[in-house]
Amino acid sequence: MHELSIVASVVDSVTESAAAYPGARVLEVRLRVGALASVVVDSLEFCWGIATEGTHIEGAKLVVHTLPVILWCEPCGKASELDGVQSFRCPHCGEATMDLRQGRELEIESIEIDEAGAIEEAGEAKETEVPR
Amino acid sequence: MTTRIVELRQGILKKNDELARSLRQNFTAAGVLVLNLVSSPGTGKTAFLERTLRDLRARGSRVAALVGDLETDNDARRLAASGAPVRQINTHGICHLDAEMIERHLAGWEGVALAGLDYLFIENVGNLVCPSSYDLGEKIRVALLSVTEGEDKPLKYPTLFNSADAAVITKMDIAEPCGFDRELALKNINEIRPGIRIFETSSKTGAGLEEWLGWLGEQRKAWKVCSCG
Repeated sequence: MHELSIVASVVDSVTESAAAYPGARVLEVRLRVGALASVVVDSLEFCWGIATEGTHIEGAKLVVHTLPVILWCEPCGKASELDGVQSFRCPHCGEATMDLRQGRELEIESIEIDEAGAIEEAGEAKETEVPR
Repeated sequence: MTTRIVELRQGILKKNDELARSLRQNFTAAGVLVLNLVSSPGTGKTAFLERTLRDLRARGSRVAALVGDLETDNDARRLAASGAPVRQINTHGICHLDAEMIERHLAGWEGVALAGLDYLFIENVGNLVCPSSYDLGEKIRVALLSVTEGEDKPLKYPTLFNSADAAVITKMDIAEPCGFDRELALKNINEIRPGIRIFETSSKTGAGLEEWLGWLGEQRKAWKVCSCG
């Protein structure tokens, strides 16, 4: 239900970060979404086109990596991945634990940009400088 | 084409999280314990809070509440009958409260200073999904579940129950006619959030309220010691 506002935050952050590369085009935006993030990936994808339309990053592809919950089990001394989010117990020994090592992520991992435009701009600037 | 990967590794809700962190610092500095109450619509958050505000006031505690709803100030009016300062937040369609709404409504709250409060309750918009993503700067998140909702609610909405610090079962006075399986409900909550403190209450009869209020007092005491040290 709140995926559109989440996607809008992503668009803002990416636009801000991409501003460091003037003229570059954002090709891809990669997110990391944990199983406990309360976010529906299909809805993110559905909202992506609407939220990016008319912005600097229009046309960029959204890639969502979903992350399972990883629990740390003290008695076993190891971290294990959970199959779902229905029971917070170590899959090996059954110990209930709240020592979460992964699963709540809701973050922008990286963006892929095409700097061809940026280089061209820099090149033009150089050319105009040379005759002087 | 010259492509490059730019690592960002930043939280999507970074702005909300940063604001929530600064609110939390303000709450700690003011010495007010802040609780965020979350549940489905109709669980009885308002009735539970009405009772909590009234009883805490009767014991001499200084309390206030912010209450979130899509529309109307019905809940604020109900809660204000307790005598505590109450402010309504209307989200106009937004399904959750966020840190900015809390900051804005605290800023313009006439006659209420954080430093003059012992407890501030935030009643979130009735929704079991979205509020779990938004940190409001609270110290304690409370998930409520009524006996009419079904014992498997925690399994259906694991994120919310997993992120809670305490769980409250409401409407225990009608548990029997509803065929509420208490053992199963407790088991399910514990599967999703092992070791969580669970209160079985009725805002109508007052059952379980004594235990809840006692626990609130302990939390406040422990937190004061902790935040001063």
